Amino acid sequence: MSSQPRVLQILNVVSALLLAIAAWMSLSYAPTERVMGAVQRVFYFHVATAWVGMLGFIVAAVAGVLYLVKADLKWDKVGLAAVEISLVFFFIAVVLGSIWARPIWGTWWTWEPRLTTAAILEMVYLAYLLLREGIEDPERRARFGAVYTLLGGISVPVTFVSIRLFRTIHPVVVMGGNPNAQGGFNMETSMLQAMLFSIFAFSVIFATLFWHRLRLGALAEKVEQLKLKALQ
Amino acid sequence: MEPTPDTLNYMLAGYAIFSITFFGYLVNLYLRWQRLRQDEKDLQEQIAAQK
Repeated sequence: MSSQPRVLQILNVVSALLLAIAAWMSLSYAPTERVMGAVQRVFYFHVATAWVGMLGFIVAAVAGVLYLVKADLKWDKVGLAAVEISLVFFFIAVVLGSIWARPIWGTWWTWEPRLTTAAILEMVYLAYLLLREGIEDPERRARFGAVYTLLGGISVPVTFVSIRLFRTIHPVVVMGGNPNAQGGFNMETSMLQAMLFSIFAFSVIFATLFWHRLRLGALAEKVEQLKLKALQ
Repeated sequence: MEPTPDTLNYMLAGYAIFSITFFGYLVNLYLRWQRLRQDEKDLQEQIAAQK
């Protein structure tokens, strides 16, 4: 439990390198967008963090299904780890979007479909963490968590497709355009490369953090067992 | 053609908030790990002393 597996040690180094390269590509390699200026450069990390945020919520929903099928508490820990990391990344995505919106839309926040569904998504999973704390019985907590993440998982595709289904001012850069968008732009090849590399880098970083968080969960369980043993 | 607007401060704010949140979470994970390792050590000593 104390020393990290060799593969995890390698992943730590790879993740740090990928983050550094993604930052370089976003801040230097990709050209400055002519209409928006430097603030457009937050787009690369905005998309990548939103992607891994949603990925983790989907992982939690799958872990929820597996818990309901197998009734194994390890799936509850998997779901919790995925939600915790995704909350951090999705929070970053929302804040980066808000910072971008200020000079482009002239406001930090507006209740249009994408921002509204994203805010609901973040709140849903924040509530998941808080509500779990109120349940002491591990199996009841796991059952609640499984059903919650399964139902909460519905809000992920809703958030993703909201800019394609509803009338919105949020740009649709990936897979299609939006005639009502304010702040849309034509992506040059180097911009596309920076975006795709950032998505790849953050996917690897997510996997690394997920492994660390699972190890933390296993250690917490071991400490709980030792506490019970010490009381006997 | 309109000149490119100066939005550098917003970009810097964005990456500053990313850094604070991301590295803050890493520190939080590390501190929780260290605290649990200490608890584990203390409990193992306590159990050994009880025997």
